[in-house]
Amino acid sequence: MHSVQKIIARNKLADGIFVVLGLLALSIGIGTLLALIVDLALHGAPRLSWQFFTSFPSRFADKAGILSAWVGTCMVMLVTAACAVPLGIAAGTYLEEYAPKHWVTDIIEINIANLAGVPSIVYGLMALGLFIYQFNLGQTVLTAGLTLGLLILPMVIIATRESVRSIPRNIREAVYALGGTQWQSIRDHVLPYSMGGILTGVIIAMSRAIGESAPVITIGALTFIAFLPPAPLQAVPPFVSFEWITSPYTVMPIQMFNWVSRPQEAFQANAAAAGLVLLLMTLLMNGIAIYLRYRFRKRIKW
Amino acid sequence: MENILTPDMPRTARPVASNFQVPRGTTEQTSGAPAAEAPAAHGAEAPKLKARVTGLNFYYGETHALKNVNLSIAEKRVTALIGPSGCGKTTYLRCFNRMHDLYPNNRYEGEIVLYPDEINIIGPKVDPIEVRMRIGMVFQKANPFPKTIYENVAYGLRVRGVRKRSVLDEKVEQALREAALWDEVKDRLQDLAFNLSGGQQQRLCIARALATDPEILLFDEPTSALDPIATARIEELIAELRERVTIIIVTHNMQQAARVSDYTAFMYLGELIEFGDTDIIFTNPSKKQTEDYITGRYG
Repeated sequence: MHSVQKIIARNKLADGIFVVLGLLALSIGIGTLLALIVDLALHGAPRLSWQFFTSFPSRFADKAGILSAWVGTCMVMLVTAACAVPLGIAAGTYLEEYAPKHWVTDIIEINIANLAGVPSIVYGLMALGLFIYQFNLGQTVLTAGLTLGLLILPMVIIATRESVRSIPRNIREAVYALGGTQWQSIRDHVLPYSMGGILTGVIIAMSRAIGESAPVITIGALTFIAFLPPAPLQAVPPFVSFEWITSPYTVMPIQMFNWVSRPQEAFQANAAAAGLVLLLMTLLMNGIAIYLRYRFRKRIKW
Repeated sequence: MENILTPDMPRTARPVASNFQVPRGTTEQTSGAPAAEAPAAHGAEAPKLKARVTGLNFYYGETHALKNVNLSIAEKRVTALIGPSGCGKTTYLRCFNRMHDLYPNNRYEGEIVLYPDEINIIGPKVDPIEVRMRIGMVFQKANPFPKTIYENVAYGLRVRGVRKRSVLDEKVEQALREAALWDEVKDRLQDLAFNLSGGQQQRLCIARALATDPEILLFDEPTSALDPIATARIEELIAELRERVTIIIVTHNMQQAARVSDYTAFMYLGELIEFGDTDIIFTNPSKKQTEDYITGRYG
């Protein structure tokens, strides 16, 4: 009996040791992150003001703001979403629902998974050659949006495929048994029911794109820009204008990068404040993703 | 041999006449029972032939799942398929609405001819979607769409391009009444179907299949996931539906087959062992295997 207790004690010791090690590992990760955020907040928070959001960059640190940067980021994100979402959903749905299963589709599948891991600067180089030199799209919002759209396309495809695959077979069979075609099952059931997962994937991909700087530098985002692109909505007919997509632009990470590289202390505070805003934008997007997932899951239980 | 038929089961013996014929081998076994009694039993007219299966073979890739099956399906009657797990009864049922076409490497041989227009529904020239528009199905596990009760029932009509609200309303109500669900859901048609109980969900699936007026309704073990009370309601429903639609039901439960069906087919290892009047199959089967199965010696 005594030996059994010994064995249990030894087993429990191993248990305890792992708990301590795990906690240590966790606290290193979380601690560093917290320290980073607190540091950013301490440096940047004092600079956050209405003026900071409504001013263009300036030679004087206390007059400089992120107006052109956050407007540029929003516009680039619009183009990114408009390009990656329909393409990604269509491609993912095709691969999962229609594509015959043989070696060609296997290769395509492996390549999509790999594409999601390609360094973003490589996308920047590809976009420089394709969009700027080949198509002459220039250093515009359009080019940046398309580039980041391509960057997140594999992630959208993967998210779509996983969501579509999770729709149970018996739901599809119910559609077919009623005489439905494959397209009817996709349009009326598969896509609506997987929308929660797809949107979550899209937003998480977008929150990666929003912080990308390498590809945007490669394709020539301006670092100093003291005007806004033309407004997409106008007071005179036809009310909607697409001139903004051909406008030069800057984005948040580029603005930060610009400020960090200046010698003056005051600009460092600006960079921290811009970093804080970018972080909040990302957190907000992730929050929306969590909310969407929750809302869609609540309605559907298989 | 023990008679497992419940005493109060409606005996609906029919004359062997018209163009529907119970296989000869089986009817010979009926000689024990007075021949004159059969036609008189219910005064029912002779059933017409709805479908004839001839030499049906089915393959899942290399696996030979159905072996040379022959069977006649009587119009507006209930035909039950029984047999141990893996005997091919579900595979057989799913041939009738070409469900196997959804998955690769499946192959049919032989004929399932649908009457009165005499088309071979497993023929390569026939569009499986057309077959499924004519032959409805209710699955083993209730599979309502995560939509409202109304939309679930209306979906088959929407697939057929029906857009008019008044037509949809009328058909939805009619189908829900036929599925004995109307009184329970009429005040909450816009509720999600998942809020219904398991038995109600299965009746909703029956309503969904009925809304499009199918010629044959296939039931694949429709009560295997339900409690006895919900099961009894589905069985009552099947007895009522028999008046207007041809029914083929796969069941694991032999008592259920005895209670609800007019004809029973016993399958074993992909072969049809015996087919005949339900009364006869359960009281006086001609084959040893059938007798062993229904007396519970295996299965």
